[in-house]
Amino acid sequence: MRERQTHRDRLRAQEFEAFVAGAGGRLLHTATLLTAEPTAPAGANVRAERLLGAALARTYAEWDRLRGEDPYDRTRQELAVRFAREAWRHRHPLGGVLGRLAPLERLVLVLRLYEEVGEDQTAALLGLPADRIRAVCDRSIAAMRSPGPRHPAAGSALASGVTP
Amino acid sequence: MIGGRGGDRKADEVRRMLEGPHPPVPAGLADRAARRGARLLRLRRGVRRTAWWLAGTVFAAFLVWAGVEQPWLPEPAEVTPPLEGW
Repeated sequence: MRERQTHRDRLRAQEFEAFVAGAGGRLLHTATLLTAEPTAPAGANVRAERLLGAALARTYAEWDRLRGEDPYDRTRQELAVRFAREAWRHRHPLGGVLGRLAPLERLVLVLRLYEEVGEDQTAALLGLPADRIRAVCDRSIAAMRSPGPRHPAAGSALASGVTP
Repeated sequence: MIGGRGGDRKADEVRRMLEGPHPPVPAGLADRAARRGARLLRLRRGVRRTAWWLAGTVFAAFLVWAGVEQPWLPEPAEVTPPLEGW
C-alpha cells in the first residue's frame, strides 16, 4: 500500500514536471498579461509567478483526479478564478501590455482573445452573463486600440462585481 | 464572433498585441509548485482520514449504546399492576 503510494507520487511528480516544462512558458505569459507586469527583464513579473505557482500547486494536488481533463485547462481556470478573487490587488498597472485596462477587462480579454476560451465558457467561469462578457470584451478591444494612454473607464468601473 | 467582420479585424489587431515572446520560466517553479501541491494533498488526505476515523468512532459508540440500552425493547411498565386475589 505504502509502496504503491510512493510509486504513484513519483509518477505524478514526473508527469507534472513534464507538463510544466511544456506549458509553463505560455501559462506564465498569460499570468503576466493578467497582472499587467512587463515580461522582461526576468523577475519583473513576480506577481504573475506567484499567481501561477499557486494555480500549479492546485493542479498538482488534483493531478490524480483529472480523469482525462487537460491539466492546462485546469490550471488556466484556477489562474482566472484566483485572479478574479484578488483583482483589487491588481488595480495599479505595472507597465505591462494591458496596463490601461481594469483587472476584469484584462481577464476577459486574455481569456477570450489570447486563450480563445468560448464566450459561454468564460461567462460560466467568471459567474457573469454572456452578454456582459461580450460587452466587456468589445469595450476592452476599443480601449486597446484607442491612442490615449489610459482608457477613462479603466480603474474604477470594473474592479468589483466578479463572483467566481 | 466578436462584433461581426470589422470586429474580427479589430480583435485580431488586439490579439497580435497579446502575442509575444514568453517570459522565461524561473528554474524552481515546477519544483516549488509540486512541493506545495504535495503539502495540500497530504493535508486533504489527513482531513479525509480524520473524518473517516471520527465517523467510525461515532458508529462504534452508537453500537455500544444500542447494545446496552436496547431501545427496541418495550419500556418496562411504570405503574405496578393492581394486586388481586390475596
